[in-house]
Amino acid sequence: MTEETLSRVFSALADPTRRDMVARLAVGDATVNELAEPYDVTVQAVSKHLKVLEDAGLVSRTREAQRRPCHLEAEVFDLMTKWIERYRREAENRFRRLDAVLAAMTDDQQLHDQGEAAS
Amino acid sequence: MSTTTHNETQIVADPVMPTITITREFDAPVANVFRAYSEPDLVAQWLGPRSHKMRIDHYDCRTGGAWRYRTSVEDGEVCFYGSFHEVRPNERIVQTFTFDGYPDGVSLETMTFEELGEGRTRITGLSLVESLESRDMILASGMEVGVIEGYEQLDELLATQA
Repeated sequence: MTEETLSRVFSALADPTRRDMVARLAVGDATVNELAEPYDVTVQAVSKHLKVLEDAGLVSRTREAQRRPCHLEAEVFDLMTKWIERYRREAENRFRRLDAVLAAMTDDQQLHDQGEAAS
Repeated sequence: MSTTTHNETQIVADPVMPTITITREFDAPVANVFRAYSEPDLVAQWLGPRSHKMRIDHYDCRTGGAWRYRTSVEDGEVCFYGSFHEVRPNERIVQTFTFDGYPDGVSLETMTFEELGEGRTRITGLSLVESLESRDMILASGMEVGVIEGYEQLDELLATQA
């Protein structure tokens, strides 16, 4: 995935409505009308959002039938899951170092507590 | 939903708000966890990508204080800085966070410390940035920055646990 593609994905997902549409499509394919239903917006507005998602490679639309259901490209969804998981693992790494620091502090703390109780 | 056991870190990226919420529990009393977050000597031992490469310029963890540290990367050094908006011992640290490579970006970070009893503590960190786009970039930055080092350390840890 190139940097340009990635930045297109970022800006496509920067809109809450589009994010919501992606979440809806994660459940299953849907037509433009079905996607427009829960929002207080026109079908045209939803189509515009879809175009942005399509350009970012997040969503594809089949040409075969008149319904032309929209389909979420699972690969991109996986990408987001991967970002979060890596971020989480980095944090977990950091916190394991903190675990070690805290373990080393235990003795100090006991002395400190005793000092406070005495005062 | 939580299927992880023990103290494993949990991350939530809100679908509508540009936030990241991080939750972690520690086998230590809240006073110790707070000290590890507020005393520069202790912070230096765990916060940076590699403790010996992290250099703290200043770390004045009190309301109205400021902090700044640098870490070595392959092609030089990166710097992070911010202010301590509110520090309430053993309860809460509110601070700003900026990466000098992107000085227009600022994250508002609220860390809450919660005593769980039996010498255990939960921390909850909420990071708020200006847009979902920035938030996603922060999440995705782990793809490049610090990941290799992170994995090396994870490998080491896993090796010792095997």
